Amino acid sequence: MVRNLLVRGMLAGLAAAALALVFAWVFGEPQVSAAIAVEERGGGHAAHAPAVPGAAAPESGHEHADEGSVSRDVQSTVGLATGLGVFGVAVGGVFALVFAFAYGRLGSFGARATAALLALGAFVTVELVPFMKYPANPPAVGDPATISRRTVLYLAILVISVLLAVAAVYLARQLAPRHGTWNATLFAALAYVVAVAVVYVLMPTVDEVAPDFPASLLWRFRIASLGMQAIMWSGIGLVFGVLAERVLTPRRALLPAA
Amino acid sequence: MANAAVPQSRPVPVRIPVRELLPWTIFAGVLALALIYFVGAEQGATSLISGDTVHEFVHDARHLLGFPCH
Repeated sequence: MVRNLLVRGMLAGLAAAALALVFAWVFGEPQVSAAIAVEERGGGHAAHAPAVPGAAAPESGHEHADEGSVSRDVQSTVGLATGLGVFGVAVGGVFALVFAFAYGRLGSFGARATAALLALGAFVTVELVPFMKYPANPPAVGDPATISRRTVLYLAILVISVLLAVAAVYLARQLAPRHGTWNATLFAALAYVVAVAVVYVLMPTVDEVAPDFPASLLWRFRIASLGMQAIMWSGIGLVFGVLAERVLTPRRALLPAA
Repeated sequence: MANAAVPQSRPVPVRIPVRELLPWTIFAGVLALALIYFVGAEQGATSLISGDTVHEFVHDARHLLGFPCH
């Protein structure tokens, strides 16, 4: 049963990644290319770019031009597809395991409703909440010298958000018998939002956007990033719901008089 | 008041026991975290493999997925 769900979760993740890839090609890649163009002009954090246009590429450091170890053509096609595909399969697998635990434990929701609710919750918890504090950055925005700190902070807020969400679900279940499911869910959601707000205030702010980086490009990149994640998560939730229902619903129950 | 008949098309969800879930969670969880690590962080903040090929190959996905890239 669990193995079956796990495989279906990974397949749903792959399907969602394919949808996200189409979105990324249309709305994401133009922004990445534009940001790299800014970087190569010497804008933003272009510390590794050659000082003189046309000069030889530096021996080490980050390099986006075709002289790098992976060409732009590969990065924006096979590389992007591989990255999204691997991410989708991994996240889909984890999603299936969380679903396997949640199914039947979150009230009487069926497979499709459970998957859709979980996907919404996962999008908010692991994407939206970290994103609002530490949003995605295009090339030329992040300072390479602070990559370790930024990675730790991103990971930290991700873990904190997941822990707070688990606590909120627990709280809702504790309150539900006395206050009803609706009120208990609303109160737990409010508690989660307040806790996230406190975390936002306490955690350090990262702002490394150079003054000369185009604001409209940054906005378009971040919206594309968020949109791609929304497609990824809704794809996983909706596709997995259909696939899981076929495993979990006994065939007899679907027939009127079997 | 008599209870309404429960429709047959809506079976009561059956919980999967935790002891059945645990081995799969450990196995697939570790695997998935390793995969996400390679897409999201390898050759960025930390590096298990020398060079920058992994980083450069998944570069665009890493940026667009929202991971700090460089």
